[in-house]
Amino acid sequence: MGAYLVRRFGLMLLTLFGISIIIFMLLRLTPGNIADILFDAGGFVDPADKARIEADLGLDKPIPVQYANWIGGLLKGDLGMSYQTERPAIQEIAPRIPITARLAVLALSFSVLFGVPLGVISAVNQNSKLDYVLRVLSLSGLSMPAFWLGLLILMGFVAYFGTIPIYSSEPTGFWNAILMYSVPAAAVGFRSSALLMRLTRSSMLEVMRQDYIRTARSKGASETKINYYHALKNAMLPVVTVIGIEAAFLLGGLIVTETVFNIPGVARFLVEAIRWRDYPMVQNLVMFIAIVVVTINFIIDMMYAALDPRIKYGD
Amino acid sequence: MSTLDYNAELAAAGANVKNRWGAIRFFMRRYPLGTIGAVIMGVFAFAALFAPMITYYDPLSTNAVFSLAKPSAAHWLGCDFMGRDVYSRIVYGARISLEVSIGSMLLGSGIGVTVGLLSGYLLGWFDLITQRILEMMQSLPLLVMALIMAAALGPSLHNTIVAIAIPLVPYVARVIRSNTLSLREQPFVEAAKAIGMSETRIAIRHILPNTMSPLIVLATAQLGSAILTEATLSFLGLGVPEPHPSWGRMLSESAAEYVRTAPWLVIFPGLAISLVVFGTNLLGDALRDLLDPRQRS
Repeated sequence: MGAYLVRRFGLMLLTLFGISIIIFMLLRLTPGNIADILFDAGGFVDPADKARIEADLGLDKPIPVQYANWIGGLLKGDLGMSYQTERPAIQEIAPRIPITARLAVLALSFSVLFGVPLGVISAVNQNSKLDYVLRVLSLSGLSMPAFWLGLLILMGFVAYFGTIPIYSSEPTGFWNAILMYSVPAAAVGFRSSALLMRLTRSSMLEVMRQDYIRTARSKGASETKINYYHALKNAMLPVVTVIGIEAAFLLGGLIVTETVFNIPGVARFLVEAIRWRDYPMVQNLVMFIAIVVVTINFIIDMMYAALDPRIKYGD
Repeated sequence: MSTLDYNAELAAAGANVKNRWGAIRFFMRRYPLGTIGAVIMGVFAFAALFAPMITYYDPLSTNAVFSLAKPSAAHWLGCDFMGRDVYSRIVYGARISLEVSIGSMLLGSGIGVTVGLLSGYLLGWFDLITQRILEMMQSLPLLVMALIMAAALGPSLHNTIVAIAIPLVPYVARVIRSNTLSLREQPFVEAAKAIGMSETRIAIRHILPNTMSPLIVLATAQLGSAILTEATLSFLGLGVPEPHPSWGRMLSESAAEYVRTAPWLVIFPGLAISLVVFGTNLLGDALRDLLDPRQRS
């Protein structure tokens, strides 16, 4: 286990290193840099001014040097300056993280709370009317774009309450805060619960065909005990690994949902930074997302080994 | 799984495989939901192909008089801020949506199949490096990957296709690779080698055709996610640019204002996206069930 852990950790670092190169190279493909954009608005371009700004921002240095500067700073915890606001990037990013984290945790709990039980019910009653209804529901959840679902929810609010829930950094009271976060979280969580439901269902169906289920049945265990004790316990293993996929899926949903609900989280900030072509910000935000996703997958791998006694790593 | 004889499988399930219509009737009977999906996709393909014949207005022509006009007999689904007919824009939007999704699916699958086949057939260092790179690409969420690609390439119809296709590559490549790995150990490959067939010929003539069924399932699913990704990119203003009537663009950020004042501008384009993606998902599920017997009970 120890040797595997070390190797897996090394692989994780290698992956992150590779991602950092991919991100860096991709953003250098862009025609024009921030200096061009700044001057686009101005109309007249004084080459000397432009060169000075490029030197200020380090854009005149060779690409490997720019990359080394970025990674070096990253390792020291220095994320560089935002081109747009001229403040340290960390000051822009840090206050937005808890907002997105709260939304993500709420959305994830929502999706687990609905997705797993409904997936089990669907699998246990395979090919019944109930199974059909649940499958169609989950498929339609996956078919709706996250932003449209958000807009429909806003529309519902307008129709019933005459107003839309507005985000504020200082909510008035506990219930207000809950409402403020849970409505967008439900919009993201609905789609994720649809995904989780499908995965739980197929995982359950897979397990229900195993020999040990047949053994349990032949020794006279009740259907309830077979389904909810023998099958569910084993079906949960692949579902746990899927939470890693869920995390990535959730992030995509958060990007648009934060935009629709006008919530100043990290996910929406990525879109804004892309629009301003604020390289340091985009690089750091995407790197941050990659670190989160890769770390979650690492933890899940470890959990998987801990949960399944059959899996022994490192021999 | 890929070496199974599907015709025999189908015949055993009661389908008349000699006759194409028999096979279709069998599919319709066995997968009513999949058939609905195919019909929905058919309707959208029809709308995209015959857009000028089933609309009365130019999707691009503006008319200040009809700014934010409510749905009426003249404008079935109302008009947008610039007085453009929403129904015509949705019908023409099907063109954009299908063009981008089919384009990116073909491009992504094309690269994915090539990479997966090479990787699974050559193995060695090539396989090792490609696998690591694909893993890296997959550890970024699909939308984030597409976002930076779109941002790096700049907004245009063709760039949007590329921006959506590249993030799809690893998903195809990994499935094709694992299939190739099991196929290359099959007796018929050994037989082909024994009669002196070249490696390239074996890969193209024997391995590739046998990876078709997982590819079909994957491609259908990707069609849906490509449509969703295009809509999302365009919604965020990073996808298909004006004046193309893209469904996502029609719902762009100002839509949050229209929620109050002009709900028809929000409901209909979103309904179009959801319906066509729903269609691809229904059909994809049925195809997966048909072509992947392990999932069947």
